[in-house]
Amino acid sequence: MSETIKKFLYVNRKAPYGTIYAQESLEVVLIGAAFDQDVSLAFLDDGVFQLTKGQDTKEIGLKNFSATYRALGDYEVTKLYVEKESLEERGLTLDDLQNIEYEDEDDDYAEKSSIRLISRAEMAEVMADQDVVLSF
Amino acid sequence: MAYDVNGTTVEHDEEGYITNLSEWSRELADIIAAAEEVEMGEEHWAVVNFLRDYYEEYQIAPAVRVLIKSIKKSMGPEVGNNKYMYELFPYGPAKQACKIAGLPKPTGCV
Repeated sequence: MSETIKKFLYVNRKAPYGTIYAQESLEVVLIGAAFDQDVSLAFLDDGVFQLTKGQDTKEIGLKNFSATYRALGDYEVTKLYVEKESLEERGLTLDDLQNIEYEDEDDDYAEKSSIRLISRAEMAEVMADQDVVLSF
Repeated sequence: MAYDVNGTTVEHDEEGYITNLSEWSRELADIIAAAEEVEMGEEHWAVVNFLRDYYEEYQIAPAVRVLIKSIKKSMGPEVGNNKYMYELFPYGPAKQACKIAGLPKPTGCV
């Protein structure tokens, strides 16, 4: 590990299939994960829909990439911040989201949830704490 | 460009990855492996099967370090290490094994 680890936050604000942003963001995260940086993802506004379970894309002829979020733990991306107000405004709760887990190597490989529900105020703090913020 | 599997053609791109993932078969895997000069043994198949399962579950082909880490976990450190995986697939365990497994080029491999 180098000593120049930077904190990267990928901010996801759009619904998964109306535009290419969600899928591109996920792709960039997976590629960027190779560079040993401190990577977090934020989901707010319609971006919270990216993590919902039971997505079905058959009728729109697009690939359902929602399963790929569950692979993030393998890429050591284990911080998925979800904004509470954005969920509530859309009538969603944590139960509507997929279980996304990672194995904590420092805790006997215990499976822990990567999803961290935080308030809008806390989200502002998370953003302020970053070196690089990438918006999608 | 296409592979010929017992008279049936299976389209592939300029790097040899098949275009339609549902056209994969074990016979095709042997044909791609032969083109790659890889002789498929038990461990090659184990890696290929692992990749196909991983794709089925997560809809991506894992990057090479994720692959090796996962193989180490499921098949043990004798197989799941860089040196051995490159002996099995000299042109890159992720790239080459994914091609044989009929998957797209791994995400995160440039």
